[in-house]
Parts: sequence; structure tokens; C-alpha cells
Amino acid sequence: MTATTVEPVVATPPPAGHRHANRRRRRTIVAVVVGMAVLIVFALIFLYPFVIQVAGSFKSQPDAAAHPLSPIPRPPTIGSSFDKLFNGSTDFPLWTFNSVVVTLFVTGGRLLLDSLAGYALARLRFPGRGALFAGVIAVMAVPGVVLMIPKFLVLNQLGIYDTYGAMILPLLADAGGVFIMKQFFETIPTSIEEAARIDGAGTFRLYWSVVLPMARPALITLTILAFQGSWNELTNMLVAVQSPTLYTLPRGLADLVTGSLGAGTQYPLKLSAALLATIPVGIVFIAFQRYFVRGANEGGVKG
Amino acid sequence: MASVSTPPVVGGGSAATSAAAARRPRRPLGRRRGRYPGEATAGWLFSAPAVVLLIVFLLVPILMALWVSLTGWTGQGSPFAGGVPFAGGTNYAQLLVRPGLEREDFMTSIRNTLYYVLLVVPLQTGLALFLAMVVNQRRLMGRTFFRTAFYFPSVTSSVAISILFLFMFTGTGAINTLLGFVGIRGPSWFNDSDGLLHLILGGLHIVDPNSPPGALANHGLLGLSWWEWLSGPSVAMCAIIMLVVWTTSGTFMLIFLAALQDLPMDVEESSILDGANVWQRLWHVTLPQLRPQVFLVITLGLIGSWQVFDQIFIISQGGPDKTTLSPAYLSYTTGFGDQQYPAGAAMSFVLFAIIVVMTLVQRFLLRDKDDGRERRAERRLRRSMRREGTA
Repeated sequence: MTATTVEPVVATPPPAGHRHANRRRRRTIVAVVVGMAVLIVFALIFLYPFVIQVAGSFKSQPDAAAHPLSPIPRPPTIGSSFDKLFNGSTDFPLWTFNSVVVTLFVTGGRLLLDSLAGYALARLRFPGRGALFAGVIAVMAVPGVVLMIPKFLVLNQLGIYDTYGAMILPLLADAGGVFIMKQFFETIPTSIEEAARIDGAGTFRLYWSVVLPMARPALITLTILAFQGSWNELTNMLVAVQSPTLYTLPRGLADLVTGSLGAGTQYPLKLSAALLATIPVGIVFIAFQRYFVRGANEGGVKG
Repeated sequence: MASVSTPPVVGGGSAATSAAAARRPRRPLGRRRGRYPGEATAGWLFSAPAVVLLIVFLLVPILMALWVSLTGWTGQGSPFAGGVPFAGGTNYAQLLVRPGLEREDFMTSIRNTLYYVLLVVPLQTGLALFLAMVVNQRRLMGRTFFRTAFYFPSVTSSVAISILFLFMFTGTGAINTLLGFVGIRGPSWFNDSDGLLHLILGGLHIVDPNSPPGALANHGLLGLSWWEWLSGPSVAMCAIIMLVVWTTSGTFMLIFLAALQDLPMDVEESSILDGANVWQRLWHVTLPQLRPQVFLVITLGLIGSWQVFDQIFIISQGGPDKTTLSPAYLSYTTGFGDQQYPAGAAMSFVLFAIIVVMTLVQRFLLRDKDDGRERRAERRLRRSMRREGTA
């Protein structure tokens, strides 16, 4: 309704039109330039810390302290802090090994279990299915940090405290992943499965060789969420193990900062360790960007 | 038997399933339950591994911790053994009612996190929305680059990022060097326990932070004086807030971005034709359409930020002067540091309750007001019709 009353004001009278158009064009140019400047400032805010991190890893301790903002190490002490990480003054190689083991098992396990359960909830009919799905939704709402002491109690009771099992099994419980897989399977048309049924395929065969190959996009999303989640996981590792031989990268880095090695401010060493721990996720992120975008929109949000 | 229709069975149980079912085209009717031999068995077998893990590592821990929080278990042997004393609500009373150090520490952690949440949630929601709108501009060059740049911090490890921020926020670090360029002497960030509100009140000469008025300092609530409650986040906490806003906005930006890209163009276009300026379009056209996403982001933000742990564990360990203590961190140190598992478990349940209550309060505050108005109007109409009918 208001449109009709406002319109004459916007449509400027013809004589002044030319000047107005000019001014408007100038204004849009200014807007674009200002907009671009704002964007670049924000891009710097979001990216420059990583520049500081990379540069810091290659600086000497005095240089890092004196020029914390500079992107250029002077003189470049190529690899001296990386050297320290690997020559035995830290357990960095061991942490990396443990992280790789945990991440592989958690990612593989989640892919299998989540897709199995997701398929059952989406396609198979069995008594209790509705209740089961409601349970999965309810469990998704439990805040994770609240579970730290509770998880320790259970791991202790089960007798698997301080083992690889304690690091991996709790992370396999992944209601969010089950939910993502269920939602995805429901978008696949049933006709292909029905055709395979008629050809006499059993349920597992059907799932394995017909449904799973079609679920590639969802499986990639799930892989990324699981990889990133377990690679970066700290709290579960804190309550699951205590032996330094079972530390993963986040736990090891935490020890490097807060523990005995934290004595003194060896920032180049810490920064290079943090940098190396970030690189795998960084590579996966750049390679599979669009899947990350999807993952973030399907509920894989960390606090 | 063959003619019994199954959809009611499918939708049985949760509201979520029936809602989802309603959105999709119904499958053809007239199928029996268990269309294929062994379908029900397969269903249970397929879901069993995931369900068992969820029960063992989510449901059982909660129940077990609930039990432990009601006992005086010392961490020796099984909490279910006969010798473990039953404590009833003692552990909870110590946190909430009984004066003492436990309650003081717990309330300090609640205060710290309250200020933390009050700043983090609006800031990350606002920044995420702003970034999404900027990146969504059609004429923008390098959209993908900017989207990637803003999102990248979200996927990196909280531990690695915390180490980086420790380095940037040292007394002579990158941030203070930067502040030095514009002539500001930066604080010593993670070592500065001064509360922001105290600093502001002192800076305006309203109150002298070194000798607060007796009315505030000598009276209080739940073990903390009013003056302590009104501290605001400490400078150290502010640095952690900046870190968290910096890492989380990217994720939330993607949620807003996806919604913005789905918005119908014609609404925006017609509002431009109507002569609405940028702000009017934002307030009256775009934001109302993003209501569900704003709601989602605030909910996720509330749930996530009450649980703050990793950053505090790495950066400050609750210090300086307990001003970055959070309930999650305190619960962890009480349990694992002091072996007081019952007290630690009780804290997790209080935190759990806080998160639930906060989410409900937020739901109530952000409920669709138009909805309520419509319902009220409808009721009024019905009442007046009834009156007319009886008259």
C-alpha cells in the first residue's frame, strides 16, 4: 500500500535526472570502495593471525619476542623449532601417531555405524523405530562438556580407562552423524532399491552395494566432520587416558603449554607444534571446502 | 492383513519424524509391516551398534554420574560398592546453599561465564550475520576467497588457536604492538584480573574500584558481594571472548549465508523499488525472513558458550584471580584434580540445568510475538462472537 505513495519521490523529475544519476553513480562507487575496504580489514583480522603463526614458527625466540607482528623471520632460523619437536625433546612424533590412529578408527567406525543406523531408521521398518529416532534426537541435545566426569566413570567401570579403546569408543557414539545419514537416505528414491530387492538382494547386500555407493556426498560430509572432530578433540582425551604414551596431538600440545615443558616462553616451539597440528585439517578443508559448508549446515557445529 | 496401511507406524513416536514425513510425499499405501522377510531383524541389527554406543557413552554416564553426585565416593573402587556413603543432596547444597569456599568458587565461575555468554552470543551472532551479508553481495569479487577466510578459523583445533592467541596477547605481543601504533598502552591481557565494569565505573569516577561503597561490598548474594557480581568480565576473559567470537562466527556465517541465498529475490527487489534504504531493508525485509536462523544460531551459541572449556584449560586455567573460571573447567579440576568426583559431577548437572533453563528462557523471549498477538486476537473475536450469540 505504501508503495504507491513513496514511488513519486523515488522517480526523480526528468530535468534533474542527469545530475542525480551522476551523483548516484558516484555514491555506488564510494559504497563499493568502502565495502571492499571493510572486507579486506575483516579478511586481515581472520587471516593475519595465521601469518603470525607461520612466521612465529620460523623465528628465533628473541626475534619472536621483539617483533611479534612482523611476517618475516629475521634471521630466518629455518626449522630450528621443528628440529626440536622431532629430535626427542618432545614426543611430537608419538602424539602424531596416536592422533592418526584415533582419527582413522573414529572416522571409519562412524562412517560404518552411522550409515547402518541411518539406513535402518530411514528405510527399514521395525517395531520401536520411532522411539529410537526420538532417542537419537534427544541424545543430540546433551551438551558434551557436561559428560566429562560421567564418561570417565563409565570408562573406569568398564576397565578400559587409559587404553586406545577409551580414546576411540566414546567418539564413535555420534547421534549427529546418524541423523545426517537418515536425512540423506530419505532423499534417495526407493525405486532402485526395490529393483534390487526383486533381483533377490538381501538387506545387507542391498545396503552395501546399492545404497552406500549412492550416499557418497553424505559420506564425504560425515568423513570431514569425523576427521576434524576427532583430530581436534581434547576433552575426551583428557578423561580417557593419563599415560603420556597415549597422548594425541591436542593433549600433547596442551601438555607442552601447561605442563612441565611450558616452563619458559618457548613460543616458536609451541607455535610450530600448533602449526603442524593444524596442517592436516587445513589441507582437508581446502580440498573439500564445499563439503565443509554442507557439514556446518547439517548440525556439525562446535561451541 | 495385506490391506493394513503402515504410515501411522512410521510416524509413531517423535514429533520430528511425523513432521519430516509430512513434508515428504507419502509412500504408496497398502504395504505390510516388514515387507521383506527379516526386515525387522535387519532394522534392529543395523541400528544396534550405534544405539549401544550411544547408550553406553551418553545415557549410562549421565545416570551413573547422577548417582555419584548423590554419594560421597572418593574415587577408590567402584561407586556402586557397599561401603560408599550416600550423601543425598549434600554435594548440591555445598554448591548452591551452604556458605563456604566451594560455593564461592562455583558462583564465581557462574558469574564469569554469565558475562562471557552475555558478550559472546550477541557478538558472534551479529558478526556472523554481518559477514554473511557482506559475502552474499552479488557483485562481490572473490566471494569464495572471503568465505573461506572467514570460515577457516572455525575448523582449526581449539588448542592450536589458543596457543596462537597466548602468543598474540602477551604483554609485548602482536596485539599490544598494534595498539601501540595508535598510541594505546595495551593491558597485560591474560594476567589482568580487573573487571571491565569495575574499570569503566572507576574510569568515569563513579566508584573507586579500590574502595567500593559499603552498600555493594558488604552485602551480597550466594557468597559473592554485589560488588563482585558487578565486576563484568575480566580483561583476561575479554581476550578469551575475542578468541571465541573469532573462531565461531565463521560457522554461524555459513548458516546465515545458506539462508540468505535461499531468500526470494523479488521481495528484496520490490522493497528497493519501494524506496527502502539499506537499513530499512535489513530491519524490515531481510531480518524477519532470517528469524529461524537467528533463533538457531542464538540457541547453538547459548548451548556452546556455557560449556567453555578448551580455551580456559589451555590459556588461563581459571586465573588470573579465578576470573576465567568456568563451571565446566571447575567441574573438571574438582573431579580430576582434587579427586572430588561427586562434587564435580554435581557441578556438571547444575551446568546442565543452567543450559536447559537458558535455552527455554531464550525460546520464550524470542517466541513469535505476532503469533501470540494473532492468537489473542482470535480469542477476543471468538469471545465477542460468543457474547453476541448469547445476547
